[in-house]
Amino acid sequence: MAFTENNNGGRHKAPLELWIRATFLMLGSIIVTMLGLMFITFIIGRVMPIDPVLAIVGEQASKSTYDAAYEQLGLDRPIIVQFALYVWDVIHGDFGKSLLTARPVSQDIARVFPATLELATIGVFVGIVLGVPLGVIAAVKRGSWIDQVARVIALVGYSMPIFWLGLMGLLIFYGILGWVGGPGRVGIFYVDIVPSVTGMILIDSILDRNWLVFKDALSHIVLPASLLGYYSLAYISRMTRSFMLEQLSAEYITTARVKGMSESAVIWRHAFKNIRVQLITVIALSYANLLEGSVLTEIIFSWPGIGSYITTALLSADMSAVMGGTVVVGLIFILLNIFSDLLYKVFDPRAK
Amino acid sequence: MNAFNRLLSTAAIGFAVGLSSIAAHAETPANMLVIASRIDDITTIDPAQSFEFAGSDVSRNVYNKLVNFDPLNLDAGYQPELAESWIVSEDGRTITFTMRDGIKFHSGNPVRAEDAEFSLRRVVTLNKTPSFILTQFGFTAENVGETIVAEGNTVRITTDKRYATSFVLNCLTATIGGIVDKEVVMANEEDGDLGNAWLATNSAGSGPYSLQGWKPNESVTLVSNSDYYGGAPAMERVIVRHVQESATQRLMLERGDIDVARNLNPEDIAGARKADGVVIDDELRGRLMYISVNQKHPVLSKPEVRQAIKYLVDYEGMQNSFLKGQYTIHQNFLPRTYLGAVDENPFSLNIEKAKALLASAGVGPFEIEVGVREAQERIEISQSLQNTFAQAGITVNITVGTAKAILGRYRARELDMYMGAWGPDYPDPHTNAGTFAYNPVNTDEAGATGLLAWRNAWDTGGLTAKVDAAVIEGDRDTRAKMYADIQAKFRDTAPFAVLFQKIEQTGRSEAVKNLNLGGAITAVSYWPVTK
Repeated sequence: MAFTENNNGGRHKAPLELWIRATFLMLGSIIVTMLGLMFITFIIGRVMPIDPVLAIVGEQASKSTYDAAYEQLGLDRPIIVQFALYVWDVIHGDFGKSLLTARPVSQDIARVFPATLELATIGVFVGIVLGVPLGVIAAVKRGSWIDQVARVIALVGYSMPIFWLGLMGLLIFYGILGWVGGPGRVGIFYVDIVPSVTGMILIDSILDRNWLVFKDALSHIVLPASLLGYYSLAYISRMTRSFMLEQLSAEYITTARVKGMSESAVIWRHAFKNIRVQLITVIALSYANLLEGSVLTEIIFSWPGIGSYITTALLSADMSAVMGGTVVVGLIFILLNIFSDLLYKVFDPRAK
Repeated sequence: MNAFNRLLSTAAIGFAVGLSSIAAHAETPANMLVIASRIDDITTIDPAQSFEFAGSDVSRNVYNKLVNFDPLNLDAGYQPELAESWIVSEDGRTITFTMRDGIKFHSGNPVRAEDAEFSLRRVVTLNKTPSFILTQFGFTAENVGETIVAEGNTVRITTDKRYATSFVLNCLTATIGGIVDKEVVMANEEDGDLGNAWLATNSAGSGPYSLQGWKPNESVTLVSNSDYYGGAPAMERVIVRHVQESATQRLMLERGDIDVARNLNPEDIAGARKADGVVIDDELRGRLMYISVNQKHPVLSKPEVRQAIKYLVDYEGMQNSFLKGQYTIHQNFLPRTYLGAVDENPFSLNIEKAKALLASAGVGPFEIEVGVREAQERIEISQSLQNTFAQAGITVNITVGTAKAILGRYRARELDMYMGAWGPDYPDPHTNAGTFAYNPVNTDEAGATGLLAWRNAWDTGGLTAKVDAAVIEGDRDTRAKMYADIQAKFRDTAPFAVLFQKIEQTGRSEAVKNLNLGGAITAVSYWPVTK
């Protein structure tokens, strides 16, 4: 039954119906957002000063070859028809075929996305584990040397060009010290040794119980992941510090202290508890940024992730690949937002 | 990565290397060749479709052809490969190849004349981008049943008219000449595609290597063919790893994790040159840099102005500064190492001579627009031209644009001047002669956008007929002489100033011997390599 009587004799909606309604609203917003994203990407792809036909036939092709390829790509049809056909294909899981790889875009994304997911997850983990405590301590010890050190760490993280830091990291830890593996996901001797189950080599090597490959993959991922983690750390620690400062100056904290509560309980049980919701947003944003793929990090470390995939496709006018990649990245943003919303409900009673 | 970033990263690495040298911590196995290269241009491995550099590198090592170049003696020209001999009919239209006995594909199937027939017919029928290399001889999907025919141990090809035998055979050395295993390919056919989709990512050849795997933007792995008719290659595995960044390639080379680095920029070349155990090779490639002026322009169409422009280029200044090590001066449309190539470079920067030529044409100061694509070295060349042209009273306005924008205007014959590059399509002189010096119908309606002479509205002053004559000349030496003569006239009269030829600089471990990148005419060969 859709309606129940409340104590006042009025009718209000049952929890099941509320849930169904919320689910439909959420799905509706996902569909509208995805359609909007696809439409904008599609239009940008069409108005950009790059020529997908030239990318196929080459600049030395004759006019008849050019025209044939133009028609083959369906570019002679009205743009709205082209878009409708594209959406129809995407609904059926067909992002088209990449010009660059001669493979279906969905297959390419299934190959490159796990590489980015693996890197970004470790990166954001490093950022959280180091960044949150650093931000909390910096706020609690405001103005102390720890705060100054945290500020410098964050400043360097914000301001140093990532390619430079990456190359320096490679030079020192790989080139000179030999502590980490070089560019690529694994050394040449370990390529294709473990069967690809998830596409994430660390997990696949664990599943295969191949510890040599695991160790080699770990030695390859540690440097780029630390680099990305450092950038997350810079952002997360500064935001944590700022949130904490706001809470620590609130009256309820003073009250807690006056009541004789221990300082650690004041910080972690009161102040920190109240910044969790804000931190979730910051961490989700940071993770989403890393999942987009850090193009320069991927280039320097020869990491075949989604960032370099989309960039290479864009520079080569491979619009099927660009749009497929963009749709996936857009979907990730939306899913992370939904996940953040769900976590709000866990951590914030008002959102329940 | 832009020029500033590139400089910064190189400077940083150079500084750090100065403080602490990179020890060679690792070494690749003696039977394995590991190469760092940019392989993101590979779109397919199918020899009927592959038309990019990295794809050609794979194809040359995986597929044999009827005739091919010997990597240890490229100057000798095409040599017998799957065809042990051939005869040419009296009318010069039919070449009959006799197949070499006892050669097997990687599958174990014998290489037959039927496979050669299938492979060549397949190129024509599929009609992919590089198919013009064969279809220019009059082969069509409709007539291949009669024009490309296997009989017993021979395969016969009949062209639509007489062509120089060297022209036809040179074209068969291109990637599209790769002979595929008919049985394997047809077993993997989908929707009548003659195995095109399958061959995009798999191989079915008889060459010294077979393709083990191609991961786009990641790696290409080749394994040696122990039954190769020329003997099993010393390198049992070849791994080409996609490494985009020059500085990263250099680090890997100096550390011994790779044997060859193919995309080092000038700064990293200079740095790697000082490293222990690293050798830098210079090899001429086919790419040319040139400028051309539109003959619809009332001033630029004057013969003296065309001449003057060639004296307004600071060839040496550019070669010795921002193009150092990357390009060498070359003023002819055939790249060095091509049949008929010449070394004469008569022009140098001479402002006074250019002024005199302009004065003799009755031309005062004027203004032109040069179109250039947004590539660093092309923009720098255009800026140099802007400077030297100004000294003779010619104001050059540089329009930088995307390939679509600039090429679109160039193809529509709208640009006053174009600054660009040209790479040969196949290893025969006609590939460049047939575009720089060939334009049978010089009208807008002809729409011959593939011809550079047409794009510049140049009627070639009689060179079109000479190109037609050279392409049917049967004697190879006479033919070479004809191209030399065409280029001599071209240099003097054409609205083109060919400026530079590309040099590819490669960093190599000194342990690696006999690595040949293929010069201007072909692709890299891994099978002669030893360590």
